[in-house]
Amino acid sequence: MTRTARRALGLLSAASLVALTAGGAIAQDKRTIAVSIPAATHGWTGGVVYHAEQAEKEIEAAFPNIDVIVKTSPSATAQVSALEDLSAGQTLDALVILPFTSEELTGPVEQVKSNGTYIAVVDRGLTDPTIQDLYVAGDNIAVGANTAKWMAEKLGGEGKIVVLRGIPTVIDDERIQGFTDVMKDTNIEILDIQYANWNQDEAFSLMQDYLAKYPHIDAVWANDDDMLLGVLEAVKQSGRTEIKYALGGNGMKDVIEMVKAGDPVTPISTPYPPSMIKSAIYMTAAQFSGQAPMRGNFKLDAPLITPENADQFYFPDSPF
Amino acid sequence: MTTVTTEIADAPRRIRWADMGPFIALALVVLIGTLINTNFATGTNIANVVTRSAFIAIIAVGATFVISSGCLDLSVGSMMAFVTGVMILTMNRLEPTMGANAILVGAGFGLIVGALCGLLNGLIVTVGKIEPFIATLGTMGIFRALITWMSDGGSIPIERALRDPYRPVYFGNVLGIPLPVVVTLAVVLVGAFILYRTKYGRRCMAAGSNADVARFSGVSVARVRTTAFVIQGLCVAIAAICYIPRLGAATPTTGQLWELQVITAVVIGGTLLRGGKGRIWGTVAGALILEVIANLMVLSNMVSEYLVAAVQGVIIILAMLAHRFIK
Repeated sequence: MTRTARRALGLLSAASLVALTAGGAIAQDKRTIAVSIPAATHGWTGGVVYHAEQAEKEIEAAFPNIDVIVKTSPSATAQVSALEDLSAGQTLDALVILPFTSEELTGPVEQVKSNGTYIAVVDRGLTDPTIQDLYVAGDNIAVGANTAKWMAEKLGGEGKIVVLRGIPTVIDDERIQGFTDVMKDTNIEILDIQYANWNQDEAFSLMQDYLAKYPHIDAVWANDDDMLLGVLEAVKQSGRTEIKYALGGNGMKDVIEMVKAGDPVTPISTPYPPSMIKSAIYMTAAQFSGQAPMRGNFKLDAPLITPENADQFYFPDSPF
Repeated sequence: MTTVTTEIADAPRRIRWADMGPFIALALVVLIGTLINTNFATGTNIANVVTRSAFIAIIAVGATFVISSGCLDLSVGSMMAFVTGVMILTMNRLEPTMGANAILVGAGFGLIVGALCGLLNGLIVTVGKIEPFIATLGTMGIFRALITWMSDGGSIPIERALRDPYRPVYFGNVLGIPLPVVVTLAVVLVGAFILYRTKYGRRCMAAGSNADVARFSGVSVARVRTTAFVIQGLCVAIAAICYIPRLGAATPTTGQLWELQVITAVVIGGTLLRGGKGRIWGTVAGALILEVIANLMVLSNMVSEYLVAAVQGVIIILAMLAHRFIK
């Protein structure tokens, strides 16, 4: 057990002792957890907002002494302002943040930390990792690599495939890197990789063009389930039948439904779940609701979503 | 009266090279496409590209009115997403009672919503006397936020039962011509008739070339401009009707940055951005040029995926320079 953890435990037990001696009549101190996330501008962030709001409701119902405040921001600058507003009016016991960009948010988060606030960072890490007490993130390289391994195995290690990539970002680069690194060791030829900006419409157009350009395509990887829906529509319209697999990633509910139904072209997906924000909020709440110290890095795995485990990843009420 | 007749009689004899600019540019891009890639001139590819350009072309016809009357509409992309969302929700709501007829009612409702959105823009600009750039920048944010709110940031899918009866509107064809292309042609013909052959069209140009002079000649500039925005709204709704069956959903990224493509298509087509001159057919050529360039970027392997946007930008600027040079 680390020193901090032991100290936290000590503090907590002392606090609970105080609470006990007070006779339980006086409720524990009210604790405030602020959650700062990007606004719902596309499917995945829509999912983040949904899960953050669910977590707020569930935690406030379960632990009356914890108050969760969820704030969404449409840009990095707006998020910096939101942090200032949140910490100006009250003392924050914890901040759970999914930063827009690592560079711009590192300074402002450090400011918040200087008041003794517990910091949990989700998805995109800060440039100075010592600021964060807890780091929860998905594994983008694994998203690409696991999909590639499955596809390579199913294609018997050879064939011709096309790839659609998202918006030029670290997330996209890592997925593509994970995918291409695995494919390098096979006889599978990647015919083309182009940007479609994680946009259904652009993916539809790009797939139409791929189909016009290449007379034979064995499989498609769309890097994201939103784009996959555009790809599938283009394939359907072309009437081409040689495409054995069209795969995405992220675990969008429409695609999980296809996986559950045993779709022959899209039998799997790979999670990069927006629910990671919920995991982080729960882990943070554990600090204040019970004696469950939470420090360190928590990397979500990217196991294949198959018909057998699809229920775990299926949120019918979520917008994503 | 005499001057009008001579003008009409004179017109066909002179070939106006300046007006031919966008068509020459389109022919050139197509020729280059055919030469550098064997897959370009195939029937399927041409059909795909022309069908895809339908949305931008239809919206850009409306934008030709707005721009030639001396205004600008930045909200078309967001408005398109908003109208799409409203239409899908209406159709889904009506589907249990009306079956496939819900599509017709939903589409009619979409046209009304589109026209109202245009009217809102128009009134803010003319009655509120706010610069069109700022007014429509405001409504752009409003429409985008509304669709995001309606979808909770996710997507608004159309009912499964409506997918099949609605699908032909994008994927079907009449005598081998894809339906969206037929719709575009109809919109363009009506648009060209209104702009070139009616009193309203001439007033539009007058309001755009010099609002004060037009006002002194008894043209109600405010009414002309408001009407132009309503036409724009209707065009957006028509594009939305053709758009829904393609992917069957509206998302917060639907129509993102389309306003820029629309304005580019209009200007490449020979319409003056400061108003006073509108070219409907040129606008269509402009929309096709943009889509063909994007298509060629994917088909040819010459350009790195990182530089595609730069090459597109260079081609657009070159096309405009050539246009000026021909003049």
